[in-house]
Amino acid sequence: MDTAAAVIVSMMAAATPLLYAALGELVTEKSGVLNLGVEGMMITGAVTAFATATITGSSAIGIVAGATAAMALSLIFAVLTLSLVANQVATGLALTIFGIGLSALIGQGYVGTPLDALPKLDIPGVSDIVFIGPVLFGHDFLIYFSFVMVGAVAWFLYRTRAGLVLRAVGESHDAAHAIGYPVIGIRYLAVAFGGAMAGVGGAYLSVAYTPMWIENMTAGRGWIALALVVFATWRPGRVLLGAYLFGGVTILQLHGQGFGLGVASQILSMLPYLATILVLVLISSDRALIRLNAPADIGRVFRPAS
Amino acid sequence: MLPRLEPRSGVSAAMMLLTPAIAVGLTLIAGVIMFAALGFDPGRALYTFFVKPVSTLYGVSELLVKATPLAVIGIGLALGFRANVWNIGAEGQFTLGAICGGGVALAFHGVESWLVLPAMAVAGILGGLAWGAIPAFLRVRFNANEILTSLMLTYVATLLLSYLVHGPWRDPEGLNFPESRMFEDSALLPVILDETRLSIAAPIALLIVLAGWVVLSRAFLGFQIKVVGQSPAAASYAGFSEKRLIWTVLCVSGALAGLAGMFEVSGPIGQLHPVVSPGYGFTAIIVAFLGRLHPVGVLFAALLIALSYLGGELAQIELKLPLALTGVFQGMLLFFLLGTDVLIRYRIRFRRRGARIALPQGG
Repeated sequence: MDTAAAVIVSMMAAATPLLYAALGELVTEKSGVLNLGVEGMMITGAVTAFATATITGSSAIGIVAGATAAMALSLIFAVLTLSLVANQVATGLALTIFGIGLSALIGQGYVGTPLDALPKLDIPGVSDIVFIGPVLFGHDFLIYFSFVMVGAVAWFLYRTRAGLVLRAVGESHDAAHAIGYPVIGIRYLAVAFGGAMAGVGGAYLSVAYTPMWIENMTAGRGWIALALVVFATWRPGRVLLGAYLFGGVTILQLHGQGFGLGVASQILSMLPYLATILVLVLISSDRALIRLNAPADIGRVFRPAS
Repeated sequence: MLPRLEPRSGVSAAMMLLTPAIAVGLTLIAGVIMFAALGFDPGRALYTFFVKPVSTLYGVSELLVKATPLAVIGIGLALGFRANVWNIGAEGQFTLGAICGGGVALAFHGVESWLVLPAMAVAGILGGLAWGAIPAFLRVRFNANEILTSLMLTYVATLLLSYLVHGPWRDPEGLNFPESRMFEDSALLPVILDETRLSIAAPIALLIVLAGWVVLSRAFLGFQIKVVGQSPAAASYAGFSEKRLIWTVLCVSGALAGLAGMFEVSGPIGQLHPVVSPGYGFTAIIVAFLGRLHPVGVLFAALLIALSYLGGELAQIELKLPLALTGVFQGMLLFFLLGTDVLIRYRIRFRRRGARIALPQGG
């Protein structure tokens, strides 16, 4: 594999966990709910997927388990914020603190355990073609599936009636409620979807990207995913763009020393976080853009006046 | 019979004080279930976690040592949360305080002067303040969400500290460990109780709690914070500047977190490590909520959460329980608190399905 192809392939792998988590959060936010617990759900998904894959020997079962565990966590958030009208910001933070603790608890027996990485697509002949082979035909199935999900989410939100209803709930829960849509029920589903996707993103880290379990291995990716949703102005296609941009920054950081940059690894490791701040500033400073694209009722408590 | 929520006419003051107690109770019950599930005798585990750590004078002093940073950071966060300014990067501001305070200590290595400690404190405060001012600037000037920016800066701060102790600030006489020199006595906080690590940081924290109380209940700033938190529209009619308030609370909470970081490295730690905090900055968020965003409440919440740290350490040593249990307990406590807080504004009514009040209610 030549260098250019290797860089692109590793960029795609770095972007994929962010892409899953951000797509899920996008749907949650489109329904008017801000779940700041992405980091906690991702790390729980990562550890559950790793443990399950180790026990069963099947990465696929592990990924499903990771998604399920993260979804279960997101439902705690849903009960607290939607049924018990708790503050969404505080509850999301609690979810992250809880998820990090829980994952360390589950994962303590799995530190240092080896696991085979998710197998990559390998079509004899085709996957060996210079550049095109590895870039187009050399990935694991979760990378291909992430593209399917970008299309599916975009199609769902903008081409289906259910997607329209979900967006209506996010724009004005009172109006949606008046028309007769089950606001709380729709939000439960959106939060659960966001949880499952964050779980898949976490699972990707622990069974494919770096097939092992390390405490705190998400290292803020859940928060970066949250920032990506803002960067993407709540559009699935732009989430894809943003995730790949960040994948690129991560690779720059990983390869920076290889290229002979005389900078300490810690300074290079700051890049994704500084880049996150930068894109947030660039996008947010256009207040009209944010106002036009952000779901109007995001983060607001809904109580039907019965 | 279905339970349903019915709005109260106002905020229930009794529930304000009662729900933290209910939440603690529920956390203990969940703890019993969890210990039993993990195969430990729940009674012994709970005793080890919550009673044994404070059964000696040394244990109590350690409780105060751990409660000090939590209370100092928690006060600042409580002010911000009241004004709907979500500084969740206190961990980073704490780290910057440790870096700046510790940097002064290292710069004056070998200098015996009473001025070293005050200089370290000022540096720590300024470091934390600067790290808090960045999200304030980005929010006020560029409308960037302070939750995300302050959190990203936490990672940057941790990496900066790691870089410094691995590189330029590494102990030249050390064994190549990533840590700085041990601070000289002049750079260490005076201990106020012999044979313990309890330093003057604890009484200073108490003074900060009192100051926070006075600010919130007597000062104009406290009034502004309350009005902005309860009714942003009323605040803007009254002419309170939202921007100035964002600047103020982020700088104050950053400065306090920075001071706490300086306390930590010049007190219990005594040098710079790659890790200077067991998550105090994040845990202080729980402290602020558990303390009802009130300085006095924060003080009690800090003591309780400090106990969970001590208990976690002891349970790890005596019962071989994983240290991560502390985080699980803390997260559960916040969940239960947020869940039961619904009782402040709503009451639970059991009403038979179908039975509806006939009279339409206004509004």
